[in-house]
Amino acid sequence: MSLILILEQVLNGLQFGVMLFLMAAGLTLVFGVMGLINLAHGALYMVGAFAAAAVAGWTGSFVLALMASLAAAAAAGALVEVTVIRRLYDRDHLDQVLATFALILIFSEGTRWLFGSFPLFLDVPSYLSGPVMLPGGIQYPLYRLAMIAIGLVVGAGLFWLIARTRIGVQIRAGEADREMIAALGVDISKLYTLVFALGAALAGLAGALVGAIQSVQVGMGEPVLILAFVVIVIGGIGSIKGALVGALLVGLTDTLGGVFLPRLFALMMEPENAASLGASLASMLIYILMAAVLLVRPSGLFGGSA
Amino acid sequence: MGRERIFNAGILLALLLVPLIAWKMDEPFLITLATKVTILALAGVGLNIALGLGGLVSLGHAAFFGIGGYAMGILASHAQNYEPLFSWPFLFEGSNQMPLIWLVAVVASAAAALVIGALSLRTSGVYFIMITLAFGQMLYYFTISWSAYGGEDGLSIWVRNEMPGVNTLDPIQFFAVTFVILCLTLWSAARVAQSAFGLALSAARQSEERVETVGLAPFKLRLMAFVISGAITGLAGALFADLNRFVSPTMLSWHTSGEIMIFVILGGVGRLYGPVVGAAVYILLEHFLGGISEYWQIFLGLLLLGMVLFARGGLIGALLGREVAHD
Amino acid sequence: MKILKSLAMATAVSTLALAAQADTKIGMITTLSGGGAGLGVDVRDGFMMAIEAAGRDDVEVVIEDDQRKPESAVQIADRMIQSEKVDIMTGIIWSNLAMAVVPAATAQDVFYLSPNAGPSVLAGKRCHKNYFNVAWQNDNLHEAAGAYANDAALKNSFILAPNYPAGKDALTGYKRMYSGELAGEIYTKLGQTDYAAEIAQIRASGADSVYFFLPGGMGISFLKQYADSGVDLPVVGPAFSFDQGILQAVGAAALGIKNTSQWNKDIDNAANAAFVADFQAKYGRLPSLYASQGFDTANLILSALDKADVKDQDAFRAALKAAEFDSVRGDFKFGDNHHPVQNIYVREVIQEGDVFTNKIIATGLADHADAYASECNM
Repeated sequence: MSLILILEQVLNGLQFGVMLFLMAAGLTLVFGVMGLINLAHGALYMVGAFAAAAVAGWTGSFVLALMASLAAAAAAGALVEVTVIRRLYDRDHLDQVLATFALILIFSEGTRWLFGSFPLFLDVPSYLSGPVMLPGGIQYPLYRLAMIAIGLVVGAGLFWLIARTRIGVQIRAGEADREMIAALGVDISKLYTLVFALGAALAGLAGALVGAIQSVQVGMGEPVLILAFVVIVIGGIGSIKGALVGALLVGLTDTLGGVFLPRLFALMMEPENAASLGASLASMLIYILMAAVLLVRPSGLFGGSA
Repeated sequence: MGRERIFNAGILLALLLVPLIAWKMDEPFLITLATKVTILALAGVGLNIALGLGGLVSLGHAAFFGIGGYAMGILASHAQNYEPLFSWPFLFEGSNQMPLIWLVAVVASAAAALVIGALSLRTSGVYFIMITLAFGQMLYYFTISWSAYGGEDGLSIWVRNEMPGVNTLDPIQFFAVTFVILCLTLWSAARVAQSAFGLALSAARQSEERVETVGLAPFKLRLMAFVISGAITGLAGALFADLNRFVSPTMLSWHTSGEIMIFVILGGVGRLYGPVVGAAVYILLEHFLGGISEYWQIFLGLLLLGMVLFARGGLIGALLGREVAHD
Repeated sequence: MKILKSLAMATAVSTLALAAQADTKIGMITTLSGGGAGLGVDVRDGFMMAIEAAGRDDVEVVIEDDQRKPESAVQIADRMIQSEKVDIMTGIIWSNLAMAVVPAATAQDVFYLSPNAGPSVLAGKRCHKNYFNVAWQNDNLHEAAGAYANDAALKNSFILAPNYPAGKDALTGYKRMYSGELAGEIYTKLGQTDYAAEIAQIRASGADSVYFFLPGGMGISFLKQYADSGVDLPVVGPAFSFDQGILQAVGAAALGIKNTSQWNKDIDNAANAAFVADFQAKYGRLPSLYASQGFDTANLILSALDKADVKDQDAFRAALKAAEFDSVRGDFKFGDNHHPVQNIYVREVIQEGDVFTNKIIATGLADHADAYASECNM
């Protein structure tokens, strides 16, 4: 296997990791600030993708589609927070799991009712389509490079927001001590709605970005949701830095495992069996990684106490 | 306490009478439906020991449910095809005898629960929810690619397994078998809850220090509870596979974990009969809403949401007030 | 006691339904909710269009959603057979659901006609006199693709499919007919949506063509990413990834790709022309492969009902086997294992106005029967 192929696979893993980070950031923020475990985060990813596909089909503009995905997911997030999620903050995790599980059912079937049972079309804009030649002779799709860039920019913005702005101070204070910031006169319910909508918008953006190279369909959020959970658990729940590290770890492990495990097995057995066995093990690999991390550090790489 | 006991007896009586009436009226499907409720309730009773008694929110119980199912599928498929399962240390050709299948299902799922529990219980809170989910997914993907036993297609067993003295092909007799198992399990679960072990476990849920000061290790108590819980859910899995004469990776998907958890919460966490009520109501909803609209899951979602928001303590809690049943 | 009451009500309702029983009762179990619902909706719509056109008031169809869960399908089948006493069953889309339902249904003396899934076991060792497959055996379209690869002088294919039984059958089917070399063989994760890693391997492999079987959303993702990757090797696939339902979601990325199918809307016969026009008029969209299979299944049943009473099982079975109906595929007949012996065509994806669709460019395999027929002792 050539070095170029390995580098290209590393880029793929990186790109996957960056998208996972957009998903995981919202999830971990919501947990860190409000103590809420939100299974319906994947539904917001789906909302973003559907909104983008609808707007792209309508206007033909990819930029407008991305903005629509942000707006629609943030609006859906805010709506859900005000009507449902708000009542769950002082409940135990069990109630939160059940209520957000119910939200998944409502969002999925509601979307199917609105948009029908067939997948929607959303494509890469022409100015981002096709491959570019990178130094070293790697041919790589421009759109995937753009995804890495957008993800990193958004990630940097998020770090800045939390480290440098007033809202960031309130969020950090909320993570440290919830009663305290209420006592400081911060409108806590407004802050919570804002944080939830922000997390939702990030998920919606990820959905739209990924939707352009995948299939925009009902249920698309669920596999990503589980991966995002794996990410935040590895990184330490509540930690944005942990989410970033966890996302890159999971992205690289999943991509490289899928490529190299079958080849590794091929050294020992028939190619057909190796392909199948390697693929089986690769699909379990990130869960093995997660279990291993938790065994060494029961509250994740960057987690405080759960 | 008294009211809840009468209510519980009423629930069991209803669960027994419905199939009997259906049998008289020659409506075998209603018997099948009642059998399904009974088996899923059993799975819920298993989860409830970890969840209600031990405070362990496991989102990976589908793994044990599926292991029980596959225990049945593997044993029965070998018996059906006359291919030995193993030939050392003795020749074993699988089995289509329910008692042996149950034993294997219980042992296998208890062993899995021991391993998963020993690893997962090092964490707590949300981490515990997520790591149990991860182990569930691990086994789910494993069964999908496990081509020796059908992979995603699953395994079909053409006839239901046998049990001495019972014609299991007759719906009402198979129902009776599952009903007896459910009753025995409920009785044992009540005994466990009131035993020294159960009381210590409950105490550990409320305050870890309290238990440690009297010299008990909360980790061991919880692991024990997790193993018992997994074993019961595994037994339910074997029965469920026999009800359908079929087992597939769907039994291990995280939706299954979610559904078992819904049975428990719907009825009322920590209530002995909570899962029975929860499973019955869920199956009825699924059955009747499914007939009303293609988009019935929207209504199911709304109902569940309403439950969580406005009927804390589950259905039994809403009907009988918030006293907790057995601790 | 509420539960008891509603159960008693349910009993009353179903008894009422029994009183109004038609002469022939058909139970359809198909996927109408969740991610794979598009296929079930098409089978149902095609099937019901034929039933309604026949205008017979002695045929009743009961339709239920299986949510793509094998356990639900089994329980619905139990109910249809035990409580509703259906004579004929049909509708299942997925092989794993068919494997769970069909053996039990046929063992209880119910006819089962498959409008989509065709697992190899049911064509071979576990074939049954009451089981008819009106679509194809699972391997068929892949075999035709292998044959086409030979005709097109492709010598070094890279093949990939998801790591589950139907995926393995697909690659086996392709390799059965294909006589060139393999540049690579990959099993992907079921439900995988990102194929960057696989496409990089294809690029590095030195292959001259790609064959893939990735049904549903997986295929959409693969095709979009492949088109964007700059790899321009010819791609061949089975019809499932190029069907009317999903082509619009793939868009221009699919243009020009060759795929194999036993049906297309341009097959030249009167039945097909009428089917395509009526379907478009009734539902406002072009019919898909699945709709055509549902339509054929219903017409096969109707043709057999014209000749025999369904209660006279031997006569009815013989009438089904004769398959004397106007198939939208043109010639249609059953082999000894009750699976189709039919032409499988090679299609190319084209654009008509702003709609993406297919046209037939060649015949991949003529009068093709499946590879498992010899294992069937019926």
